[in-house]
Amino acid sequence: MLSTERLCACYGMFQALFDVSFAIGPGEVVALIGANGAGKSTLLRAIVGSVPVPASAVRLDGAAIGGRSEIVQLGSGIALVPEGRRLFPSLTVEENLQLAAHNGRDGPWTVARLYGELPALEALKARPATALSGGQQQLVAVGRALVSNPAYLLCDEVSLGLSPVAVDAVYGLLAAVRRDGIAIVLVEQNVRRALASSVRYYCMQKGRVVLEGQSGNADYARVSAAYFGI
Amino acid sequence: MQIFAETLLNGLMLGALYALFGLGLSLSLGVMGMINIAHGDLIVVGAYLTSVAMGLFGIDAIAALSLVIPAMFVIGWLMQQLLLNRVVGRGPLAPLLLTFGLSIVLQNLLQEIFTADTRSLQAGDLAQLGVNISGVSIGVLPLLSMLVSIALLGATHWLIGHTHFGRQARAVSDDPDTARLVGVNDRRFFALVTGFIFATIGIAAVLYAVRTPFSPTAGPERLLYSFESVVLGGLGNIWGTLVGGLVIGVAQLFGAKISSGLGPFFGHLVFLVVLLARPRGLFGRAVP
Repeated sequence: MLSTERLCACYGMFQALFDVSFAIGPGEVVALIGANGAGKSTLLRAIVGSVPVPASAVRLDGAAIGGRSEIVQLGSGIALVPEGRRLFPSLTVEENLQLAAHNGRDGPWTVARLYGELPALEALKARPATALSGGQQQLVAVGRALVSNPAYLLCDEVSLGLSPVAVDAVYGLLAAVRRDGIAIVLVEQNVRRALASSVRYYCMQKGRVVLEGQSGNADYARVSAAYFGI
Repeated sequence: MQIFAETLLNGLMLGALYALFGLGLSLSLGVMGMINIAHGDLIVVGAYLTSVAMGLFGIDAIAALSLVIPAMFVIGWLMQQLLLNRVVGRGPLAPLLLTFGLSIVLQNLLQEIFTADTRSLQAGDLAQLGVNISGVSIGVLPLLSMLVSIALLGATHWLIGHTHFGRQARAVSDDPDTARLVGVNDRRFFALVTGFIFATIGIAAVLYAVRTPFSPTAGPERLLYSFESVVLGGLGNIWGTLVGGLVIGVAQLFGAKISSGLGPFFGHLVFLVVLLARPRGLFGRAVP
């Protein structure tokens, strides 16, 4: 169980999160829905240690793990796919993956297994990572987090700006991840897609959780209202 | 013709050493975005360390390398952990100021400990050896020094291109925040890089000190030649640094042939002319 408890986070003087309580169980898929600036990315960044927070604000199986560095969190099995993919342009596709695989934990997801799931990627492995199409880059970005063998995979806007075909490919990969029992947090602008792919959802607005529930019986009108703040 | 060939060869051999000076600067700029103003003074520190090791253990300069390389690695590692990591990643000014101060401290410390007298290292029998290729005589020691420099530049190039160390270096250089997300501990990695840089400084220091007498204030001039090699070759390109160093070395020696005091001046002149024609250096990448 990965959770936050009344989490507040600030960028300097600006407070981005207010008392956010969020939880995801092992193997669960949870969607995080909200408009731009609602604090979804900040929440993920606070969990992985890119935004300073008190130790007790983030818990993993009961232990207070807030405020530890990204490197420690990765070692505890929490990996982030950052918004905008952020692949290393000086590294090839394979090198991007190798770097993460080397620094991450041991487990079922290896670079070879990833190529097995995505044969098209193997053909491109010697290319500079940012020379790929947006969809392929997104697959590499998810793969890069995956080969560190996390127990919790935090995905920030993995379908943003992609063609429908490319989005399907990314969600196809996530389905394989889910079958392995890896928990996934989905930050998604596309509300229908988010609800369809998740078990539970949280809706955020202006740094607060304003609505949460089971994705299966979510009232689309209420989610939209929470999303837009009307 | 013979004089021309001799000057050219000697210039190339000197230039390869300048390129080795430049290697550390190039790495710290490329990986950490940091310029170390004390780079030249650290070369001089390496030379004095070698001198001390030779005196203490009665060994020659080449044997002293086996002590100086690890010692310099440790000094570099500690310096990054204790000092430089406090300023790295905070814009270009803070590291410049810190290492500028470090440069002054090092020069004065060396003067305090070793006096301002000039020293030189004896390379033993090697220094006397020479080979004669169709009338052109070349010293074995400068030749070896050139080969070692090129080998080190090549090895570093390979390291950056083909190892986990190199992948981390390129990732941190591209995007330090994202590098942390894939588990690169940038501060600890920087200490490793600076240790590596200092080890290359140790080797460069010995190669330099066996051919040129040195004093506590010789550092800034070494820094200048290192800089010229790196910038002339184009930032972020190790083979560019080699070519840059070679050009500076050859220009200096031809300048010195014209008038004995004008060597460095001609080096600077060529540097300026090349930069006027190619502001990014000979092999510099276009800035996107």
